[in-house]
Amino acid sequence: MYAVEYQKAKSATEASGLIAKSGGKALAGGQSLIAAMKLRLAQPGTLVDLAGIPELAGIRVEGGALAIGAMTRHADIASAAEVKRTIPALAALAEGIGDRQVRNMGTIGGSLANNDPAADWPAAVLGLGATVVTHKRRIAADDFFKGMYETALAADEIITAVSFPTPKKAAYAKFPNPASRFALVGVFVAQLGDGSVRVAVTGAAPSVFRAASLEAALAKSFTPDAAKAARVDAAGLNNDLHASAAYRAHLVPVIASRAVAAA
Amino acid sequence: MGANESGYIGQSLRRKEDRRFLTGAGQYTDDVTLPHQTHAYFVRSPHAHAKIRSIDTSKAAKAPGVVAIYTGGDLEGVGGLPCGWLITSVDGTPMKEPPHPVLAKGKVRHVGDQVALVVAETRNQAKDAAELVDVDYEVLPAVTNPVEALAPGAPQIHDEAPGNHCYTWALGDKGAVDAAFAKAAHVTKLDLVNNRLIPNAIEPRAALASHSASDDSYTLYVTSQNPHVERLLMAAFVLGLPEHKLRVIAPDVGGGFGSKIYLYAEETALVWASKRVGRPIKWVAERSESFLTDAHGRDHVTHAELALDKDGRFLAMRVNTTAAMGAYLSTFASCIPTILYATLLAGQYTTPAIHCEVKAAFTNTAPVDAYRGAGRPEATYVVERIVREAAVEMGIAQDEIRRRNFIRTFPYQTPVALMYDTGNYDQTLDGASELADVKGFTARKAEAAKRGKLRGLGYSSYIEACGLAPSNIAGALGARAGLFEAGQVRVNPTGSVTVFTGSHSHGQGHETTFAQIVATRLGIPVDNVDVVHGDTGRVAFGMGTYGSRSLAVGGTAIVKALDKIVGKGRKIAAHLLEAAESDIEFKDGKFTVAGTDRSKTFGEIALTAYVPHNYPLDKLEPGLDETAFYDPTNFTFPAGTHICEVEIDPDTGVVEVVRFSACDDFGNIVNPMIVEGQVHGGLTQGIGQALLEACVYDPESGQLLTGSYMDYAMPRADDVPSYQVSTRVTPCTVNPLGTKGCGEAGAIGSPPALINAVLDALAPVGVTHLDMPATPHRVWQAIQSAKAAA
Amino acid sequence: MGIAISMTVNGAAVSAEIDPRTLLVDFLRVNLGLTGTHVGCDTAQCGACTIHLDGRAVKACNLLALQANGAKVTTIEGLAGNGDLHPMQAAFKECHGLQCGFCTPGMVMSAIDLVQRHPGADEATIRAQLEGNLCRCTGYHNIVKAVQQGAAAMSR
Repeated sequence: MYAVEYQKAKSATEASGLIAKSGGKALAGGQSLIAAMKLRLAQPGTLVDLAGIPELAGIRVEGGALAIGAMTRHADIASAAEVKRTIPALAALAEGIGDRQVRNMGTIGGSLANNDPAADWPAAVLGLGATVVTHKRRIAADDFFKGMYETALAADEIITAVSFPTPKKAAYAKFPNPASRFALVGVFVAQLGDGSVRVAVTGAAPSVFRAASLEAALAKSFTPDAAKAARVDAAGLNNDLHASAAYRAHLVPVIASRAVAAA
Repeated sequence: MGANESGYIGQSLRRKEDRRFLTGAGQYTDDVTLPHQTHAYFVRSPHAHAKIRSIDTSKAAKAPGVVAIYTGGDLEGVGGLPCGWLITSVDGTPMKEPPHPVLAKGKVRHVGDQVALVVAETRNQAKDAAELVDVDYEVLPAVTNPVEALAPGAPQIHDEAPGNHCYTWALGDKGAVDAAFAKAAHVTKLDLVNNRLIPNAIEPRAALASHSASDDSYTLYVTSQNPHVERLLMAAFVLGLPEHKLRVIAPDVGGGFGSKIYLYAEETALVWASKRVGRPIKWVAERSESFLTDAHGRDHVTHAELALDKDGRFLAMRVNTTAAMGAYLSTFASCIPTILYATLLAGQYTTPAIHCEVKAAFTNTAPVDAYRGAGRPEATYVVERIVREAAVEMGIAQDEIRRRNFIRTFPYQTPVALMYDTGNYDQTLDGASELADVKGFTARKAEAAKRGKLRGLGYSSYIEACGLAPSNIAGALGARAGLFEAGQVRVNPTGSVTVFTGSHSHGQGHETTFAQIVATRLGIPVDNVDVVHGDTGRVAFGMGTYGSRSLAVGGTAIVKALDKIVGKGRKIAAHLLEAAESDIEFKDGKFTVAGTDRSKTFGEIALTAYVPHNYPLDKLEPGLDETAFYDPTNFTFPAGTHICEVEIDPDTGVVEVVRFSACDDFGNIVNPMIVEGQVHGGLTQGIGQALLEACVYDPESGQLLTGSYMDYAMPRADDVPSYQVSTRVTPCTVNPLGTKGCGEAGAIGSPPALINAVLDALAPVGVTHLDMPATPHRVWQAIQSAKAAA
Repeated sequence: MGIAISMTVNGAAVSAEIDPRTLLVDFLRVNLGLTGTHVGCDTAQCGACTIHLDGRAVKACNLLALQANGAKVTTIEGLAGNGDLHPMQAAFKECHGLQCGFCTPGMVMSAIDLVQRHPGADEATIRAQLEGNLCRCTGYHNIVKAVQQGAAAMSR
């Protein structure tokens, strides 16, 4: 790891100020960031630790939505009674992130700000049409994810919470990369309160995306068979050592059908 | 010691070494800290093949904390890393042995090749400074595949090895094979790739070298499976140091699997530099470095043909293999795809004629050397895959074709140089079939089909040659070292025992198993026996641990030393009891005058030996401390049958190993618990090879694409099932323990069992061939190709 | 460059001035000499460095020491009390759930967290929950048995 300065903020606003001043980066759980710094793939210069900032903590049910504080750890989301009761798909997704030790440290906000193309949370946020709340604005999921490791966040913008609408039905299914166990293909399906269907796919492309063909098919019939019969174009999908674009295109409907079955 | 002598033999004693490992008190190389120590980091080549135009270390030398920086030019008078086995080509020429410099000289030949050594006060400082070393490379085209490396026009890696050719070697009677093929009723042909693997012991390689100016001596702590061999090679062949001035300590070592047998550049450079720096130097590999620089395993491309008569009896086998050596010859690289490979091609079968030709190629990759099984998994994969295909083609059941060809008379001379001493292959096949509930398979397959899943069953009846090795035979085959083992039994005055063994435990539990042997033989509590290993300063000599040799060879050396202890004890007892030596019996820890109740305990004899007030000093030296060297008369031949059952999801290509049954014959067993553990671990590495693991280099750039656990799939707990294992015993006739070795069997037998099961499962959808590993992607593609072809 | 840090490690208060880039695992191993916590990879996957941070298993190689400032840390050295092995340590010995011993400290620390989080876990759950710990020796067979046996002993 390159040399780095470390600062600790007491509020999101203070953190934003420290980042703006230093040109550094926010440190949430650090499960991706520290790993990247160790390999010298990231050199933030200054880290501003968000741990212990009260406004970033907590899980709240707010009307028809579930708000999860940005610094909530995956393991806590997985075991939270409010989550299990309102949107159990999120608890199940959280329980499948990384491994148990990573879940004990990693946070939802950190994962979203990082926007790893194979991360799980982006699929849930996009799949449910959630709102990413920062210390200065609210960003709709459809506007948040901009590309590989790119989001709508400004460099000094701090995610404070994510607000998920409570769906009628939702589930996430993941087909893991045999080596990294990240999503080779992960599909989040949701039937929202207004009956609309959203399907978000992670791992398959440079960034999470909505699968139009699956949304159309599931809007007609929210069944595993309908999902499996849908076709996804391989163009634009990742093609790497572990899976060709064609294989990923094949897997998306298959994994979507498993998510629908679980919803 | 007889096979049925009781004592601790055959008991699953819990391990003596476990407490320190379980409480964090183990002492691995990186846990050792010496006063005033410095830290090393190696500048490595980012290119697979390049000329070094220049190296500028001036900026790095000024970086904070830097103590010294060395490059290849600084290592005046330092030799290259040697290869310990000479293979002679069919045309009578010796293999090509290009230099393997400790730090690159003029050229780099694989990604990760070490270019400069940076020594600094801290690891971070060493790494920071290493980034400032400016190396000007002229990048050259690279070749990573051994077949392509031997093709005309391939990039030339070493001037000394034209066409990247290391050797072309052959074994067997080609004329007899050709004649047998000419009259065969059926010929099965098969093309196979044995995938390159990265060993991945969880403890990365590490070294800590120091120099003492007071007596000009060196001490090296290092992650080694064979510290004495490391010392011999480093002192005599590379650094030109007096052997007695270098102490090599391999303390607790966190797994080896072959990868820690070899003399590596890093620890050699550290020892050399420690005198120049005048302070201890520590280096610990980052896992990324392990991927790039630990010696890899396997990497064969093979064409095989099997000739059969109309009844499915094997008439002859013909095998052509191209094997990768990597960029340089690692310590035992040359003997793996030859001596440890072609000699095993008879398997468990009476195939009367076998011919095998092996071409070895240099490639722009990490060196390839022994990895758990070493040659024998590759041979077993060829034999058991082609036997399966032959049975399918001829409509013979998988167990039946094996039984029709089993060797049943021993000793048995194979057509590929080995003499099997004993075995009973029917009983291990029977045992595995029982464990696997083969009878119930049809029903399970039908049930799986109802769920849309494909089930398959695969067999592998393997044999291996272990107990390396009779030195005279090894020498005739090109070995440049002996392959005996040494053992010392030191009885302390109070009757407790310290055993010094040249074997090295890095997970195998020698401290327990060897103590069981000694305690049983001497009739003393096992807690009174401690085992010392892994230190050239304490252990007389040793050849180390690899090739499943520790118990069969190292254990036997201890037995031979025990023979001497008991023999001397009888002399002392005869004196004390005023009886003839020939009348003294030793049993249950007592020396007794035959037919009387007059006896002396082992403890009394020990005390007498060290307090020789009443002692035959005119005829006998005091003390009770004996050393033995044991050189085996033959290899040992563990064998068994593995049966794998898989279930495949055709929608995703995912292969689930639902059941894995192994019935093995390791000869006599000292500690069944430890033996089972060895089998479980071996099976998982074999399943890893067949299902998950593949080392992949980019064919153009020569970059390692599977350079971390993000891309190299290691078996995890949920990738494998709980295993069903059992043993059958035909005592080995080679050594007095009757033992054969168990460390590698799992990794040798399991890959073909798994692939055969996958092919069995996929037969209904028309898939006829698949190379390892059977990843979901690859299985799915095979299904799609078969569908398209149908 | 140095920054002050203090925490409780295995029940004892410790404090130091450290380079901010110091990883927790290096703080434990180098500064405190607690070498039972091992480093087996550089991508936070092998789990050999697993320790408990405020009672939860985390990978000490993937954490700045400063992230543990003020926290309670337990390492493998802190498990056995009065010379008695922790029930999970004892189960690993009894079931031969270790060979070379290198992954073992992390495996044991992870297993204890596993049992606390998933009491009564079945074999499939145990295998799935061991995803963050690699072992190259045992093939996991006896580790799974040890976790089951350790879980039973911990519930007593």
